[in-house]
Amino acid sequence: MKQKTSAVIISQKEIAPGIFDMLLKTDLAKEAHAGQFVGVYPHDKSTLLPRPISICEADSENASLRLVYRVAGKGTAEFSKCSAGDSLDIIGILGNGYDIRPLLEKKIVLMGGGIGIPPMLELAKELKAHGTEAVSVLGYRDSQTFLKEDFEESSKLYIASEDGSVGTKGNVMNAMEAEGLVADIICACGPMPMLRAIKKYAAEKGIPAYISLEEHMACGVGACLGCVVKTKEIDHHSHVNNARICTDGPVFLAEDVEI
Amino acid sequence: MKTEIEIAGVKWKNPVTVGSGTFGSGMEYGEFVDLSRLGAVTTKGVANIPWPGNPTPRVTEVYGGMLNAIGLQNPGIDVFCERDLKFLEDYDTRVIVNVCGKSIQDYVDVVERLSDEKRVDMLEINVSCPNVKEGAIAFGQKTEALTEITKEIKKHAKQPVIMKLSPNVTDIAEMARAAEAAGADAISLINTITGMKIDISKRTFALANKTGGMSGPAIKPVAVRMVYQAAQAVKIPIIGMGGISTAEDALEFILAGATAVAVGAANFVNPYATIEVIEGIEDYMRRNKVEDIKELIGAVK
Ligand SMILES: Cc1cc2nc3c(=O)[nH]c(=O)nc-3n(C[C@H](O)[C@H](O)[C@H](O)COP(=O)(O)OP(=O)(O)OC[C@H]3O[C@@H](n4cnc5c(N)ncnc54)[C@H](O)[C@@H]3O)c2cc1C
Ligand SMILES: Cc1cc2nc3c(=O)[nH]c(=O)nc-3n(C[C@H](O)[C@H](O)[C@H](O)COP(=O)(O)O)c2cc1C
Ligand code: FES
Repeated sequence: MKQKTSAVIISQKEIAPGIFDMLLKTDLAKEAHAGQFVGVYPHDKSTLLPRPISICEADSENASLRLVYRVAGKGTAEFSKCSAGDSLDIIGILGNGYDIRPLLEKKIVLMGGGIGIPPMLELAKELKAHGTEAVSVLGYRDSQTFLKEDFEESSKLYIASEDGSVGTKGNVMNAMEAEGLVADIICACGPMPMLRAIKKYAAEKGIPAYISLEEHMACGVGACLGCVVKTKEIDHHSHVNNARICTDGPVFLAEDVEI
Repeated sequence: MKTEIEIAGVKWKNPVTVGSGTFGSGMEYGEFVDLSRLGAVTTKGVANIPWPGNPTPRVTEVYGGMLNAIGLQNPGIDVFCERDLKFLEDYDTRVIVNVCGKSIQDYVDVVERLSDEKRVDMLEINVSCPNVKEGAIAFGQKTEALTEITKEIKKHAKQPVIMKLSPNVTDIAEMARAAEAAGADAISLINTITGMKIDISKRTFALANKTGGMSGPAIKPVAVRMVYQAAQAVKIPIIGMGGISTAEDALEFILAGATAVAVGAANFVNPYATIEVIEGIEDYMRRNKVEDIKELIGAVK
């Protein structure tokens, strides 16, 4: 059941300039899976709407959710000033997330670019827990390689950096090529140019690519039709060529969406 | 204590509904609230055929509110009847179907299609959506056009007709009078106020549509004023909305002259808002020894 609930911050730290790692105590963690997200509400009532933030890790035993986010504007700036013991209202669990069954025992390459890196961690961990070690290819701007150790623990890690300070110089596609990596299936989250490149690559190789999409949201639960993406086929719910990213996504098969 | 109200012969158990387009057809929010507790569910605008809506971004936040330019995306009346109306059969609440169109004939097609649908208690005619380029808002901005469409719809409608008025007019009282004179059974207001937001870092419009309809707490004083002016001008019942998030907000509208109220964008901020408004109104009545909610309608001194 989705709900809006108050969650206490267990801890928060800045893990790279402007990137924050927050651990929240909430029973919603018990229902959370890779690819899904929560809406986090700022306290300031001039900023009304929930901020969609992906699940970086969900620990159902300890009822904790890990969110890693970048300070982008008013809401995230407010979150970054919160400390352990403060509470935040959150709504969740939102979105469809990954069905991991078809991914098991395949050569899975997880690709994360920039602030699209955090959501891939829960996926790497869930795959590993089911006995499938994925390859992760992460693209950073520079040597601020946040979450590197976490990915090393749960996957085989390759890095690309734009300035060449770590790993392959360039983006995740450059790293894929430089390392001679092959994939049965790609799962990715990151900026739109990266997702477009992955969609093209997957089509050329004839492999499925699952991509996480982003759009401005109001309700987060599928009611307002604010967050749509164009779809190749007529969508089962909307009956037009539009799917709701908040409920039918955020994870889509790349070939199904026009990006 | 009586919270029951009546609009055009349709009794609601309490005066609280939702703003069209902020609640889908109730399916999504049914996870958060028991729809049977609402006075009525007002569904998202539906047209004769599916509409794809506007490009994205369609929504953006502004100080104390939001702008939307959804462009009335909807699955068309056939799917709506088969799926959404069927879903609502299981709930003990009134159903108000919000209707949109680009021409009078479009509206009439939908209204006729709904005439035999038992689950539909009332029709709300959206002549005021600011986000659709053709038609729609033109009907809501000129008295002659509003008169014509209201008359035409009244000829074909089997259920009571609520005309939903646009706030983007010079004189709301004049629009309210035109709707009443043309035979509307009730009016609802306000729809969103046309606004704009510019992203100064990208030097682009925040919404792909450039303009969007503003809603949320920041528009409430404008909405209360318009409901009051409309209530002074007409005898037909009014459904008031615009920035309602609490019972206190709702009571302002009722005191200004609204028989019922709708919770809109507040659903996004608090998915339990409708229930909290209903309970808050009851609480206010208890504390102030109000026996019947009707005592409060238009009771501002
Ligand atoms: C499904 C999904 C998952 C996401 N996961 C993460 C994550 O794990 N970590 C992270 O750092 N960021 C993530 N984002 C982006 C994050 O939601 C925005 O950075 C955040 O909403 C910005 O809010 P703000 O108040 O700081 O910025 P402001 O610019 O002040 O926000 C104004 C409004 O625009 C919306 N908005 C602004 N940027 C975006 C954006 N890129 N996407 C959607 N809405 C936006 C805000 O939610 C708010 O309603 C995700 C977005 C989506 C859609
Ligand atoms: C996302 C969104 C979609 C809307 N869609 C419709 C619609 O389809 N038909 C309609 O008559 N009004 C629509 N409205 C207007 C609302 O019903 C309401 O009149 C307006 O938002 C003011 O109320 P609020 O401030 O409580 O949201 C929409 C509003 C929003 C925010
Ligand atoms: S944000 Fe409202 S439908 Fe997705």
